[in-house]
Amino acid sequence: MSEKTVAAISTAPGEGGIAVIRISGDTAIDVADKCFKSFSGKTLSTLKGYTALYGQVFFENTVIDDAVALVFLAPKSFTGENTVEISVHGGRLVALEALRVVLNCGAALAENGEFTKRAFLNGKLDLASAESIMEIISAKNETALKISRNAKNGRISKEIGKIIDKLLELAASFSVYSDYPDEEIENLNPETFKNTLSEIKATLKRLLDTYDTGKVIREGIDCSIVGKPNVGKSSLMNILCKTDRSIVTDVAGTTRDIVESTVLLDGITLILSDTAGIHKTEDIVEKAGVDRSIKRLKNSSLVIAVFDISRPFDNDDLSLIDELPVNAIIVLNKNDLTCAADLSVFKDKKTVMFSAKENSGIKELSKMITDTVKSGSISENDAVLISERQRNCANRAYLSICEAENAMNIGVTLDAVGVCIDDCLAALLELTGKRVTNEVTDEVFKRFCVGK
Amino acid sequence: MSIPEYFADSYDIAVIGGGHAGIEAALAGARLGVKTIMFTITLDWVGNMPCNPSIGGTAKGHVVRESDGVGGEMGKAADANTLQSRMLNRGKGPAVYSLRAQIDRRRYSEYMKHAVELQENLDVKQAEIVKIEKCENGWKLVTNLGAVYETKTAIFATGTFLGGRIYVGEVNYEAGPDGCFPAKELSNSIKELGIPLRRFKTGTPARVLKDSIDFSSLELQEGDSDTVPFSFKTKKQPENKVVCHIAYTNDETKKVILDNIHRSPLYAGVIEGVGPRYCPSIEDKIVRFADKKRHQLFIEPCGENTEEMYLQGMSSSLPEEVQIKFYHTIKGLENVKIMRNAYAIEYDCVDPIALKASLEFKDFEGLFGAGQFNGSSGYEEAAAQGLIAGINAAKKVKNEEPLVLSRASSYIGTLIDDLVTKGCSDPYRMMTSRSEYRLLLRQDNADDRLMPIGYDLGLIDKETYNEFLIKREQKEMEIERIKSTFIPPSKELNDLLISLETTPTDTGVSLESLIKRPQLDYKCLEKFDKNRPQLSADVCEKVQIEIKYEGYIKRQQAQINETLRLESKLIPNDINYDDVYGLRLEAKEKLNKVRPANIGQAERISGVSPSDISVLLIYLRKR
Repeated sequence: MSEKTVAAISTAPGEGGIAVIRISGDTAIDVADKCFKSFSGKTLSTLKGYTALYGQVFFENTVIDDAVALVFLAPKSFTGENTVEISVHGGRLVALEALRVVLNCGAALAENGEFTKRAFLNGKLDLASAESIMEIISAKNETALKISRNAKNGRISKEIGKIIDKLLELAASFSVYSDYPDEEIENLNPETFKNTLSEIKATLKRLLDTYDTGKVIREGIDCSIVGKPNVGKSSLMNILCKTDRSIVTDVAGTTRDIVESTVLLDGITLILSDTAGIHKTEDIVEKAGVDRSIKRLKNSSLVIAVFDISRPFDNDDLSLIDELPVNAIIVLNKNDLTCAADLSVFKDKKTVMFSAKENSGIKELSKMITDTVKSGSISENDAVLISERQRNCANRAYLSICEAENAMNIGVTLDAVGVCIDDCLAALLELTGKRVTNEVTDEVFKRFCVGK
Repeated sequence: MSIPEYFADSYDIAVIGGGHAGIEAALAGARLGVKTIMFTITLDWVGNMPCNPSIGGTAKGHVVRESDGVGGEMGKAADANTLQSRMLNRGKGPAVYSLRAQIDRRRYSEYMKHAVELQENLDVKQAEIVKIEKCENGWKLVTNLGAVYETKTAIFATGTFLGGRIYVGEVNYEAGPDGCFPAKELSNSIKELGIPLRRFKTGTPARVLKDSIDFSSLELQEGDSDTVPFSFKTKKQPENKVVCHIAYTNDETKKVILDNIHRSPLYAGVIEGVGPRYCPSIEDKIVRFADKKRHQLFIEPCGENTEEMYLQGMSSSLPEEVQIKFYHTIKGLENVKIMRNAYAIEYDCVDPIALKASLEFKDFEGLFGAGQFNGSSGYEEAAAQGLIAGINAAKKVKNEEPLVLSRASSYIGTLIDDLVTKGCSDPYRMMTSRSEYRLLLRQDNADDRLMPIGYDLGLIDKETYNEFLIKREQKEMEIERIKSTFIPPSKELNDLLISLETTPTDTGVSLESLIKRPQLDYKCLEKFDKNRPQLSADVCEKVQIEIKYEGYIKRQQAQINETLRLESKLIPNDINYDDVYGLRLEAKEKLNKVRPANIGQAERISGVSPSDISVLLIYLRKR
């Protein structure tokens, strides 16, 4: 019994230079031979792996296009199966036509993520790498893509691998110490033990932090623009939305409600919400809007507060300042007019001079936003946790290490410390998919739709 | 010339071999009420200890206590013949406390011989089995004198006798251990059945004359003052009757050995058998650990009525004259007289992957293996397997489901699972690191873990079981009492706390939290604990460990539960791994060979990767 041979266009849709149709499965080469004729007369089935033929894709004697067919022999291919990649000239129509021919010759249409699924099931990718490929496919922006690519190349697995090696070394040294009580083996030095534990703890902590930052990069950060009525919130929103990286979506709210926009700013996805002006009011409807704005302010990951500096600050301004979170960005609008406000009330808060009218200060503001969001900064080369499942495993590992460290510190014997180390190891092995648990298989099912 | 055969008798179980595995197998079978015979090449050496005159040690002590819980004999025999007793690894944590006792070798053997002789349903026969063949109702065994025994089941417990060959330098000859005959012909007959055999080797050091040792220059090693027995049934505290000594090799020893290394059959390539990695000969240690300045050796008495002393840690297969030379380099042994030389012995054994977890051959119904025959090393490992093989042979005869101990239940379960799942490339020795559940599989709770099983089997008598139940209840009640006991503040208490370098208390504190402090223990708090009942030392120990390590024990229990989920995913018997798309070739081969019973076992097979397991799980879900 074998899995069916599948095919799909594996280049991104659009007018590119070339489009590639990938065929993978036991009969991939036979399928390709049926619809590809080389100019030299050679057939693909006579080729060694990693070699190509130049020829034509045809269907019932009609030539579809000139093409290059590249042969990969199992297991040395992306999926681990026999694979042929046929490159035709770019253009959606040509590619689709070529794919149709391939399907007519006996291949089935590959499902979303099917090549990755096969690569995972054939042991070509570990779970973390497979997950990252799924992320690449759905990446929303450049940075997310780069990070996912790193993960695919095994950055996470490598980083975790290093921790696992250290833990195994600890476990082994305890085993020698307890299994050979009569040998002259130096007593284990608890300090070395502790040092290694705290090193591992720090690494795990760092890795965990990447998740939040990584999540921001992948999913965007929710950012609310607050301020009194008529200080220029909506103008600021409009300016931010008109920056060169263009609006992605627009969700209109009702009057006095919240308006959301998703914008891309230097590789960061911001989910902006323009809120109703915050001020003291007796109007019941208005008050509901103000309450919602305050609630939004409290729940946002990033707050941009707008103030009009052409007039002195009143009580509404001052009480808003009190509500602001530490990392709020203060936009001092109407910089084109004379400053009449006392700016010292902002103390050490981050402020930026701005003029919606003259469109000045936007560069500084962008930089401030990206700096604030990236403060847990990740470089594109860092190992980054990219799924909730991975974060969960890393967090379990982290908690176990804390427990181990705590046990060491209060003087619990090493056999008990070892139990915590085992827990940590189990969680890390699960993270990379080196240890099979129900969670891992469930993930496989969920991610790659391998149903009945 | 073929021997004329005659029909002698028929049995339910025939055990081939009267060593540690054979004895337990024969006793268990007979005790479970089936007609059993045990064959031994020499009746004078039933239960011989051809190597260390000791039982127990790290992880091995656990195995003895576990066997005792299931209903084995080894623990009782060891207690009855203890010369010196020590609990190793005190201070390293309760998971690795390990009981080890020096044993009077001849008396132990005498005890075991008598035990098998007295056993109802068991015949003991001195004979060499030379042939085994399939017959209508099971198996036909033929002795060297032509006697034919028919048996429903047979257990190989052949130890180093099977195809035994001794090596001393350039000299080698067919032999069993300690001057016994080897079993020369049985190997061929086993191979003819279609069971492949392979060669393993092991070795032993010299025995020397006590009077020729200068003890004044050696380190003394005494037994514990508060000794404890192996067996639950033993009421008498084992007495320390002898002392041991420690000596060290030096540069000169190393030089003598290295100068003569070419004369070692191992390094000359004469021995093909694979030796135990974790119990190397002295020449092995010197070559492999070249930077180590010295190696320790222990001088242990072989019995009360003998002057033979055993040199633990100094096994060798170098020529006798070289042995004399290097033993003489050791301080204290300058004039030592060798009574028996050191030697290596090579023997036939199977690849245990051929066995099921019941220790029955997968492809030969009614045939079982135990001990060194299965590729293990050590008396304790052998006895435990013998016990399980004997139980399962009896169950086979009675048409009952086999007893399979899980890894989570015991070191015995771990040992057998390792053997039948991973196989072994050198003689398998039990170590605490073989278990992933060390903190639960402690020597102190072996009876809690296994005695209910032994009782259900019928190998633990009612009286013993009742006593066990009472102790278990005492323990549980005491833990409950401790959890609800509050110790009020007092100057006396704070004095104690400060003297033991732990935080004093102004408001009083729960007894439980005090016992949990690493600096304190159950005993030192006695005078502050007014309502404490009088409990036996073993119950007190359990109480203390279970309270102190409660959090960690729970953690480990959670780990076990996680693995149980994989263990509970059974793999159908009729699965053909060649049909599972996506399995790598190596995984298919290994899985077809081991035929694991569940996903948990499949995961432990070397050569089967996590992605293979995912493939398998998906295949099973789709089925």
